[in-house]
Parts: sequence; C-alpha cells; structure tokens
Amino acid sequence: MDIVTYDGSMEGLLSAVFEVYEYKIPDPVICVRSAANGSLFGQFHEVHSNTEKTNRVYKKLSERLSKTSMLQVYSTFLSGLPGMENILLRYIQYVLASKQSVEYDYSHPDVLFVQQTSKKVHREKHRMEAFIRFQVTQDQLYYAIIQPDFNVLPLINNHFRKRYADQRWLIYDSHRKYGLYYDLETVTEIEMNFDIDVKHTKSVATLNDTNEELYQKLWQQYFSSVNIAARKNMKLHIQHMPKRYWRFLTEKQVQFNEEF
Amino acid sequence: MSDRILEKLSILADAAKYDVSCSSSGSNRKNDNKGLGNTGNGICHAYTEDGRCVSLLKILLTNVCIFDCAYCVSRKSNDIKRAGFTVQEVVDLTINFYRRNYIEGLFLSSGIFKDADYTMERLVLVAKKLRTEHKFNGYIHLKTIPGASEEIINEAALWADRLSINVEMPTEKSLALLAPDKKRSDMLRPMEYLKTAIIANREEKKLFKKAPMFAPAGQSTQMVIGATPETDLEILYLANGFYKKMNMRRVYYSGYVPISNDNRLPAIGTPVPMIRENRLYQADWLLRFYDFKVQEIVDAENPLLDTDIDPKLSWALRNLHLFPVDVNTADYKLLMRVPGIGVQSAKKIYAARKFRRLNSEHLKKIGISFRTAKYFLSINTEFERKDLLPGQIKQLILTEGNSKYKANFSPQIKLF
Repeated sequence: MDIVTYDGSMEGLLSAVFEVYEYKIPDPVICVRSAANGSLFGQFHEVHSNTEKTNRVYKKLSERLSKTSMLQVYSTFLSGLPGMENILLRYIQYVLASKQSVEYDYSHPDVLFVQQTSKKVHREKHRMEAFIRFQVTQDQLYYAIIQPDFNVLPLINNHFRKRYADQRWLIYDSHRKYGLYYDLETVTEIEMNFDIDVKHTKSVATLNDTNEELYQKLWQQYFSSVNIAARKNMKLHIQHMPKRYWRFLTEKQVQFNEEF
Repeated sequence: MSDRILEKLSILADAAKYDVSCSSSGSNRKNDNKGLGNTGNGICHAYTEDGRCVSLLKILLTNVCIFDCAYCVSRKSNDIKRAGFTVQEVVDLTINFYRRNYIEGLFLSSGIFKDADYTMERLVLVAKKLRTEHKFNGYIHLKTIPGASEEIINEAALWADRLSINVEMPTEKSLALLAPDKKRSDMLRPMEYLKTAIIANREEKKLFKKAPMFAPAGQSTQMVIGATPETDLEILYLANGFYKKMNMRRVYYSGYVPISNDNRLPAIGTPVPMIRENRLYQADWLLRFYDFKVQEIVDAENPLLDTDIDPKLSWALRNLHLFPVDVNTADYKLLMRVPGIGVQSAKKIYAARKFRRLNSEHLKKIGISFRTAKYFLSINTEFERKDLLPGQIKQLILTEGNSKYKANFSPQIKLF
C-alpha cells in the first residue's frame, strides 16, 4: 500500500491521479497531506500540483465524459467525504479503461457513488441558493454567513453573480474560513478569519443599514402571516428546512431567540 | 410608519395565502441589463409551518372587494380589517425582499375595488415599475381580474412572467351557488384570449428573437376542492381540459379551509381535505409527467381517488394483467408506470441495464421503492407477486409500509 498525498485541491487530486499512472503505483491510497499521519507500513508518495499533469487528466476525462458527469466528478470532490479520493481514482480508471461511455452504469458501485454523492452536494448547493439571507451594511454591502454541509461556494458563485449583478455582496463560509466577494465587476475568493459567534450575530448588526431591521421584521411578519394554522404540519416543515439551517434564517430568528 | 406597513403586510399576506400557487419556474428571464435578478427553475426560499413552499412575495394590493364570494375571506360581507398598499409600497417590498434573497419575485393579486379594469391597471402598474424603473428581472405572477379588458391583459403579459385566473369552483353550478357575482365565462374568455396571444408570441419569437417576452411562464389556474360536492372525476376532467385545450402550465387544487359559518359551506372546524388534495396533485402529476390519460385515473366506476393508496398504485391494481414488467427489457414508458418507480428511477434503470442485467440489489441501490415495486416487477425470473389478488397486494403494501398520513390528518370530509 502506497500513501499518495496531495494538497487538497482538485488540481492536486488530478495530478495525483496522473502520477498513479505515471509511476504505476499498484495499490495507492490518496489522501490530503495535512491529514496523512505517518503510517507505519507502506510508502509515502508526495504529489505536488502540476498544471500540465492536471490538464492532461482533465482533457482525457472530458473526451470520455459528458459535461454533466464532469461536474459530478467535481461535486464529489467538493463533498470532502472521507475516501472520496480513492473512489474518484477508481471511477477515473474505470472510465479510461472502458471503450464505450460508462457514465450511466448505475449498477457499478463507483459510478453510483459519484452520481449519488454529487446529487447530495447539488442538494446542498440548492439549499444555499434558497437559504442564504443577506443583511445590508451602512455602505450597502449585502453579506451572509453560511455553514454548508459541503464546500459548495465554488458551485453557487455563478448563481449569485448573475442574480445580484447590481449590488456588492459577500458570502462567508464560517466553517471553511473563506468567502466570495463581488465588487460589481468580478467575484473573488477571499480568505479571512472572521471569528464570528453565530449565536450572537446581533453584534455584527451594529454595522447594518438603518432600514435593515425593518425589512427583517417585515419578512418575519410575512413568514408568519402566510402560514395556514389549520394545515399545520411541522414534520414537513422541518423536512424541508432542517433545524441546522435555522440559525442563519432571518424568519426563524423570532423562535430561535425564544428557544435559547 | 413602520408599524402601519407591518400591519398592512400582515393583513394583505394573510388574505392572499389561500391562493396556493407559489411556482417561480417556467420562465427564462436573464439578467443581461446588469439589473436585478433573473428567473430559472424556481427556488423555494422558505417553508411555512404548514410545510408549504414560500417562493414569492404573495400579497393582495388591497382586500377591499365589491364581490361576495362565500369561500373567500375578503368577501364584501365579511367583517374584517381592510387595508391597501400603494403601488410604491409593493415595489419597495419586492425589491428589498429580493435583494436579501428572501424571494424569487412577486405574486400580486387583489380584491376588486371599483371595477375589473381599474383594479387590473394598478397591478400592471406595479409590474411595469419593477421592470422599467428597477430593471427587475425576477419573477412576476399577476392575477388576471375576471372581466378585465383585453388591452390591459395584453399589457400585463408584457411585464409579467405568469398570469392566472382562478376558475374557483369545479363546476358552473357551484360557482353560481357560492360566487353569485362571478361568471365562468368571465374567466374563460381571458384564458382563451391569452392562450391565443401566447401561441402567436411563441411563433413570432421563433422568427424574431427580439420579439418581446409575453407571459413566458404561461398561465395557471386554481380551484377550491372540498367546499362543494364534486367528485374527483369532475375535477380531473376539468383539469385535463385546461391542460389540453387551454395550454395551462399548472392547475392548482386548494383544499377548502373553513373560514365562515355560511350554511352553503362546510362549517368552521371541519378538517381541511389534505389527503384528497394530495391525491389530486399525484393524479395531476400522472397526467403531466407520466403520460397517463385522465380516463385511466378516474372513470365512471371509480369517480373518487383512493385515499389510502396513491393513484398510480390504484391504476396498477386495476390493471394487473399488464404486470409483471421485466425490468431488463420493458419499455421506458411502462417502467415509469410501475408503482414505486418514478421518472428519475425509470431513466436510470433504462440507462443502467445496457451494461449488465440488473438484479434486485441493484434496484434497491439505485433508489426505487422496492417494497412496492416488487409486486409488479419480474427480475431475472424472480417474481414476488405469484398469485396474489389486488386486495392482498394492497394490504401487504399498506401493512409493510409506514404511511405518511397518520391520525393527525383527517380523511376526506363528508358533505351533506
């Protein structure tokens, strides 16, 4: 067993896949460098991201896979699930070894894993597009803090850039310590250590625009007014809006404060 | 000022909530003017405690109404607080909610407060202001006021993504009983007009890309169910007619929520017919996505949908001679008809079986509801149904499963 370590980026992973072929590593276990604590047995093989190697794997794959499946590979990577590197490696090996397209071979465990994992990631992406709630600062920056289950910022970039083209916005993933900032022209990835106690988001609220509180109240009012009490169905409510998202939802702050 | 607007919002959102449509899909308005917003597949930004999607800011411009429809909270004779927004207030609310990512757009309806045209003009003005002054490309759904003139409806379609007129009641007789001020012809005429105009616009768009958008998300309608004694057969045949003849994008079914002591209607406290409503939506899905004909779902012998099982399973049990279906060879359209297999699973099975013969383990992993499907599938000579009768299969599925509908949901209400 050879431990193949990479830097944790998609480019790094594709470089690692390249080197598995290049060095004919027979029984590789790919993992992120920082997470690879010394194994007593087996060899270490350190991979450094290499644009040429990345591009060669990427090009080869895109000849064999549809755009949808390419995105599924990327989404599976973004899931960050333990062991996804090796499943992706096996998936890529299977794709490259087959003469015909195998992307719809759903009774193959690795193909099914990639399809199902990317679906989970896609669901989380969609949830973020739905559940992000911007607040406005005095200098008209729309900001939101999120803690998604998976690293979906790269996937929601396009949606928010297209939709909110005429306002400056910042979406910050406080688990992964980075965010996206749009300055009316382009979106940039920014790293920052914005140590925020999410239970006390009120402290940030002092920076808010004078109208911000009013619109939050109006939204809360709206949310409670459209409910039909005679049809109450909390199970369905929670199924659609799982509790872990509530702390970031403006409309849920009323109940949230009462509970804690 | 903020208290007043809060109060207005609570009154006018409360009065609008019985309109069940919340769809924000079906349009494709791009943000190519560096403005605000776009439309796409639609997003539910929140869900109320009754489990319904909140996608649009759904409000009435005013709940002042000169009509007296028995099933409506805003009816003239009802003693409730009345309020009205100004055009600017609706615009500001929409823009500010949209910018905070609370909503996909606006669904604006209104009580009829002078005459149809006067009311409709105000609705159109809101949409026009949003589109022109704020470069708003989000979703706008406008209610067409029955009896509004063609000129105004035409202008509404130029600014809105979707227009809808509620047919309100499944039959003309019920409408006459409960909404004496409304005539079905006042609803059908604008529908017909829009249908023709939309078709003409789509043709024009094929020739000239620059042709204006004209209600790109089409029309929808809604009927109240459970307030009057119509059968599911009558309801579904009407819905089917709307899909086939009016090119409706959606027909909505709104289980009647008792709001009055009028003796023409179920009394306050009568449970909302939620299961029946759900079964109607399932039947509606079969019509739209599963290629079912309406007469396969309900007929003279079965005018009511089963409440304990879904309409696809009911159909399958009435047509056992078509099963079992061989999972490895069956036509895609037939696969979709197997209870426990949906559109997505059918697609996957169809694609996956080209690589190797599928067995029951594969099917379970792919994610079909095997518990139900197994009675209708033959999988490499395995076939579990054997000689079971329809009633026995139904019992087995019901006892093995854990129905979503438990005691807290009432069955369909009984009338008369």
